[in-house]
Amino acid sequence: MESSSGSGASPKLVHSLLERVNRIVDELCRDREGINLMEVCGTHTMAISGFGIRQAVDKRLKLLSGPGCPVCVTTQEEIDGAIGLAENPDITLVTFGDMMRVPGSRCSLEQEKAKGADVRVIYSAMDALDFADAENGRQFVFLGIGFETTAPTVAAAVLAAQHRGIENLSVLPMFKLIPPALEKIVSSKRVNISGFILPGHVSTIIGTRKYQFLVEKYRMPSCITGFEASDIVQGIYMLLKQMKEGPEVAIQYRRIVRPEGNPEARHIMETVFEPVDAAWRGIGMMPGSGLGFREDFGLFDAHKRFEFKPRKPRKTGCRCGEVMLGLITPPECKLFGKICTPEMPVGPCMVSSEGACAAYYKYERRND
Amino acid sequence: MCLGIPVRIVELNRDTAIGEVGGVQREISVMMTPDAKVGDYVIVHAGFAIQIVDQEEAKENLRILEQMARAVDEKREKVRRRKNARG
Ligand code: SF4
Repeated sequence: MESSSGSGASPKLVHSLLERVNRIVDELCRDREGINLMEVCGTHTMAISGFGIRQAVDKRLKLLSGPGCPVCVTTQEEIDGAIGLAENPDITLVTFGDMMRVPGSRCSLEQEKAKGADVRVIYSAMDALDFADAENGRQFVFLGIGFETTAPTVAAAVLAAQHRGIENLSVLPMFKLIPPALEKIVSSKRVNISGFILPGHVSTIIGTRKYQFLVEKYRMPSCITGFEASDIVQGIYMLLKQMKEGPEVAIQYRRIVRPEGNPEARHIMETVFEPVDAAWRGIGMMPGSGLGFREDFGLFDAHKRFEFKPRKPRKTGCRCGEVMLGLITPPECKLFGKICTPEMPVGPCMVSSEGACAAYYKYERRND
Repeated sequence: MCLGIPVRIVELNRDTAIGEVGGVQREISVMMTPDAKVGDYVIVHAGFAIQIVDQEEAKENLRILEQMARAVDEKREKVRRRKNARG
């Protein structure tokens, strides 16, 4: 990595931060049993596992993974709906790579592709425009999966498609919004959470305002945190300090996140999409927790353009829903590492590069 | 999906730019970061620059971390000296 790019903190700095963290944990645990902090970002999940932060902190401090992996929170019905489109020979599906191996009730997109379906993986939503432009007799459907970070990029592609007069491209919107999920988690009280390690890049877009309810309504320590080891440990430190001194929506990741977020990105997103009720895997229906097309852009809505046949989801024994709420850790799922592995995933948390089960499998299998 | 690796802008057109990371160049969209200039580092998500890295903030944070580390060192040193004095 370039020297002027990241946090620049040396391992020695991380070490002394850890020492401070463990000292406060010790202090705080004089009058409580333990502390649960939750992250809600797949990149944090991977980083915490990959850097070995869970093992480096005092055992009484538990780091839980929340619903921060976009593919994992997508419901089985939505995934089946997307895969169902691939069976239509007149449609080309365009998707980010994450979705390819996610198991549907019958098969995955990768398996559909092997059988001859036209499924193309892209890096940027903009790439879909060129595909659609090159074959304008064919229908292209982009799978709109992601949080507030990804939705503006897809909205930008829709605006560009409108501008270029591309009519054979649509989007299947399955976007999810983070703040409503946080509210559901704190208000449900199923897990006793002492603070949130808030996502760095979602917050780059939305800023701090949408999180204020965490402090005002729930007195919940909250810290927008970056992705390097030093960022995460510092974020944890800031949360523990808030537990002592009072909660706020703090920003550790100041080199990227501004309190106001990124208004340009939000403007693009809000021009094309509006909040809609959405169902999350493991959590259920939450009002205003997804994004759908605004009426002016209805032409781009794949829901309106194609017919979706509901399919009964297959029961698998996968406990992704509980994993994502911090109710169980991945090894507590009976299928973990035995029947469910990254090579033969049963649930989305094992297949996604940001899923908690994949993170545990890759980095923490022996430690558990 | 979000790597969070800063990408340096080496060439700027209107809505697009050429970004470079680790010697690899790639076209990115800069429509969400209208203030980006050549030489800036930006965070890229799915082909779009989503924010410009604030180098001043990065330096400031490093300074805070170093200060904290020094405090930890000093505390450790004090404990060690106290032990030595006793022993
Ligand atoms: S280990 Fe596999 S089956 Fe179990 S919760 Fe994780 S993804 Fe689902």
